Amino acid sequence: MAKKEILDAAKQVVEAVAEKVVEKVAEKVEATVKEATTPIITPEMAKIPAGPLEKKWTNYKDHQKLVNPANKRRLDVIVVGTGLAGASAAATLAELGFNVLNFCIQDSPRRAHSIAAQGGINAAKNYQNDGDSVYRLYYDTIKGGDYRAREANVYRLAEVSNNIIDQCVAQGVPFAREYGGLLDNRSFGGAQVSRTFYAKGQTGQQLLLGAYSALSRQIGKGKVKMYTRYEMLDIVIIKDENGEPRARGIIARNLVTGRIERFFGHAVVVGTGGYGNTFFLSTNAMASNGSAAMQMYRHGAYFANPCFAQIHPTCIPKHGDFQSKLTLMSESLRNDGRIWVPKKLEDAKRLQAGEIKGRDIPEEDRDYYLERRYPAFGNLVPRDVASRAAKERCDKGYGVNNTGLAVFLDFSDAIQRLGKDVVAQKYGNLFQMYEKIVDENPYENPMMIFPAIHYTMGGIWVDYELQTSVKGLFCIGEANFSDHGANRLGASALMQGLADGYFVLPYTIQNYLSDQIGVPRMSTDLPEFAEAEKAIMDKIDRLMKIQGKRSVDSIHKELGLIMWDFVGMGRTAESLKTAIKKIDEIKKEFWTNVYIPGEAGTLNNELEKALRLADFIEIGRLMAVDALNREESCGGHFREEYQTEEGEALRQDDKFSYVACWKYMGEDKEPMLIKEPLDYEFTERKTRNYKA
Amino acid sequence: MDQYIDIKVRVWRQAGPKAQGYFETYELKHIFQGASFLEMIDILNEQLISEHKDPIAFDHDCREGICGMCSMYVNGHPHGPDSAITTCQLHMRKFHDGETITVEPWRSRAFPVIKDLMVDRQAYDKIMQAGGFVSVNTGGVPDANAIAIPKPVADEAMDAASCIGCGACAAACKNGSAMLFVSAKVSQLALLPQGKVEAARRAKAMVAKMDELGFGNCTNTGACDAECPKSVSLANIARLNREFLCAKFSD
Amino acid sequence: MWLKDSSIGRKFVMSLTGLALVLFLLFHGCMNLAVVFSEDAYNMICHLLGANWYALIGTLGLAFLVLVHFSYALILTIQNRAARGNDRYAVTGKKDGVEWESENMLVLGAIVIGFLVLHLYNFWFKMQFAEISGLETGAFDPQNGAAYVKALFTTPVSGQIYCVLYLIWLCALWFHLNHGVWSALHTLGWNNLIWMKRIKVIGCVVATLAVLPFAVVVLYYLGVGIGMLC
Repeated sequence: MAKKEILDAAKQVVEAVAEKVVEKVAEKVEATVKEATTPIITPEMAKIPAGPLEKKWTNYKDHQKLVNPANKRRLDVIVVGTGLAGASAAATLAELGFNVLNFCIQDSPRRAHSIAAQGGINAAKNYQNDGDSVYRLYYDTIKGGDYRAREANVYRLAEVSNNIIDQCVAQGVPFAREYGGLLDNRSFGGAQVSRTFYAKGQTGQQLLLGAYSALSRQIGKGKVKMYTRYEMLDIVIIKDENGEPRARGIIARNLVTGRIERFFGHAVVVGTGGYGNTFFLSTNAMASNGSAAMQMYRHGAYFANPCFAQIHPTCIPKHGDFQSKLTLMSESLRNDGRIWVPKKLEDAKRLQAGEIKGRDIPEEDRDYYLERRYPAFGNLVPRDVASRAAKERCDKGYGVNNTGLAVFLDFSDAIQRLGKDVVAQKYGNLFQMYEKIVDENPYENPMMIFPAIHYTMGGIWVDYELQTSVKGLFCIGEANFSDHGANRLGASALMQGLADGYFVLPYTIQNYLSDQIGVPRMSTDLPEFAEAEKAIMDKIDRLMKIQGKRSVDSIHKELGLIMWDFVGMGRTAESLKTAIKKIDEIKKEFWTNVYIPGEAGTLNNELEKALRLADFIEIGRLMAVDALNREESCGGHFREEYQTEEGEALRQDDKFSYVACWKYMGEDKEPMLIKEPLDYEFTERKTRNYKA
Repeated sequence: MDQYIDIKVRVWRQAGPKAQGYFETYELKHIFQGASFLEMIDILNEQLISEHKDPIAFDHDCREGICGMCSMYVNGHPHGPDSAITTCQLHMRKFHDGETITVEPWRSRAFPVIKDLMVDRQAYDKIMQAGGFVSVNTGGVPDANAIAIPKPVADEAMDAASCIGCGACAAACKNGSAMLFVSAKVSQLALLPQGKVEAARRAKAMVAKMDELGFGNCTNTGACDAECPKSVSLANIARLNREFLCAKFSD
Repeated sequence: MWLKDSSIGRKFVMSLTGLALVLFLLFHGCMNLAVVFSEDAYNMICHLLGANWYALIGTLGLAFLVLVHFSYALILTIQNRAARGNDRYAVTGKKDGVEWESENMLVLGAIVIGFLVLHLYNFWFKMQFAEISGLETGAFDPQNGAAYVKALFTTPVSGQIYCVLYLIWLCALWFHLNHGVWSALHTLGWNNLIWMKRIKVIGCVVATLAVLPFAVVVLYYLGVGIGMLC
């Protein structure tokens, strides 16, 4: 009897072990097969010019094809979006002589969310004589991005950065100046030089208004036809005589009348920003969305590195369930502000209970954890590092507000050192903003901050020419994936948006358009346009007919919570699998139980939001799938399984030194992975170290 | 400390540009004073949607006071009773329990109502298109430090440039005048050497467009300055007058 | 013509005519003040500004200024009301720093003009006009204007009523000028951030200087009149 029991038990164990082994082997085989069969994007396919790094862009420009002025007049270019990238591209293309159709979702091109960027814009001017150079800006950007960006693109970005500052000054952008009348700089995270140009705490606004003024000039001249309160709903692809699909137009919804309209263009340029609003709560504007990216994705453009989302360390903490968005406080505050939490847990408890305030805690009981952990960079470590450090402290119970999810950003030192007036002059508007929201005076009591989703480095894959994998479809600014790798340095988003729009796309697009001069303007009555419109009508019809019980926002909030909890600052294989399952459930809930009031053919805010949410759900899933695939920690992507003993990110360069490009394979089908290997030819990959 | 309050919201409802508008009053219970005004409207809209009623249409985007999209006339003030903020930065702690809050759209001939609280502000874009720029093309510009600009001048230009184009100035003005908006741009560019070259042409073109679009005549009441969410100064209007008159006299 | 077609042009005309009228008021006020100190001096001035060609041209000029100023004010107000649109705000809050008079310039102007008619009847019609036309009103002796003024303001009851009416008028005029003077300078472009407060003070001082002499004369006669009553 006992023998039989033992035998049975042994048999069970053996069976279980065998099963596990088989499973593991199968997994390995599958992985190896997948590895061997994963398509690869080569540098040639990415159209990266040959030659030394610093000559690539010059070589490209010297040899690219151009379009002569008479032919430019015959070519129509659609530009979607009027942020830094979109507005600057539309204006520059029109200046060159192309006919531009420009679309924006807001009531005016001046309202694009680039306007909310506060801190500044980087450029390698070396006006401060502190050792800056194009190479150093390139290097800092590559390193800041944790070696997950394309060398050639980043070098080009650093190269044109100087032209951007010249251009903006010529447009009348009132950058901050020193008493001698020359331009002032401040320092930003991830750099040891002062290379950030700024206009108070409203740099994004001033740069956008500069681009907007250039755009307005072209609208006034009739070279740009502006469509405000329009939202692109699809891209129209038409095959050329060789059967090659090319982007030839868009379908857009007039948000005021609800009418669906068709527009033709010889090329389509998309600059619609990032998809951070997948998280519902982010620092993005309410209308910021990822639908344009999804439309491109569905037409065969690859979605690259979707899991790379930036969490910004200095946002005003969340205060309630009704909250609609998070407000960012500029990173420039870290120049003079010191970040700390109490050293003693009991002080933290009393802060959380509201019994004491930050200023009541004596100096010796404060833990300036960034200065402690990263002596070399201190409070100016890159964003991902600062965010994770804040999370680490709060997870350990040192949070300083009622939710325990906040750390202090303290200016008392700076006020003592510089005087209140100087601090007010530098950061006055930010302090005022903080006080209006939180109802507390940051001159007297330290600010409270917490990380929040802010920017998405991932985006649509583009080649060196900023063209997606669909011919004639270009993607610029935050919407593409190109320059920031796994983490973006502060003051680099403005730089990239304007570089793409002013100085890169207007060149590279001509290399494509030079072949299109023989293509006549097409009628929007072509069947391809009609089909695209019909598909959209059907989708809207389907949404309107659900008539369920839940509002769009309530479902979006649910999605956001899942994203934050499972695809947020610390990700694990487990959490990501849970996320995928939960997102699939939300998708089902959305498509069966959403309620949209009103009619489709009128102004209908809820319908707009529903169309965007349908895409956010897909993006959220794609982010989780990508994060699950990337078994390493790098930049904004932190897999808890891959960290050093000190809790720093641990890259797996041998396995994951590639851009993960996801190809759409059909509704409800798993996307296909395509890799663009990142072979660092000119830069040595190092572990990011901000300690010494 | 922030409390929970019960309020009534009296909102202007108007189905379309030509429809007859009217006020409707809604009751809202248990609103946290730490919520922003627009979050309160979000809650109201959720309530309306749950009752299968048409939610209130209103413009909003960045919700951090910089895009200039939000535009509500709250209790007799554009952007509400607080100073130097936009509607999205207005918080419910400015209101007390039991209060009835009246919310209206911008009312100005040049800003026709699209729906409910949403108005059409394209007139401001048209003024900008008439001359609110420096005529430089991309590329071929001198080095950024080629022209030194005195710090006080640059700072004053920056203050003028901080206009967000929300339309509160014209909405607050009893004359429906857009002078503060126009003068902010004219000032910014007239102060800077880059913009000075075409300052005369700009002032004339922008003023002509402003007049053409049906904005009123400025009588220097200063309501625009008082209500401007970015505290753009009335002094800019004096500079615009000066630029314009000089331009006309030198013709 | 940009002085008519452009909003700033129209404001420019308002400013210039307004300022010219203020200058006239200052001049007129100084002349009047003489009556308090010396009736002879006043009579001499009356004589000087009586039926002389330069005084007549001056009068016509003034009439033109008033006409232009007032008709432009009407046009501006009509245009501005139209610019507000058809729907009015249900609630309008008090805006910090907005002077009450600045929002009621037309009303104040209308009060000023209303009294001006009375004033022209009392003085100009019976003094200068009577003198040129030779119209016999019986009230006024060209050689002794002071006596006429005194009679007008001190005759029991009617004189005191006149005094009060004139004081109301001067009040309205002060408010009108308190906004009008700095606003005119502002419209002419003579203002900036630093001068904003100063120019408002200057406006207030000028308004007071322009109104005070008249007020002194009226108050003087009011005193005299009440003294006679007692």
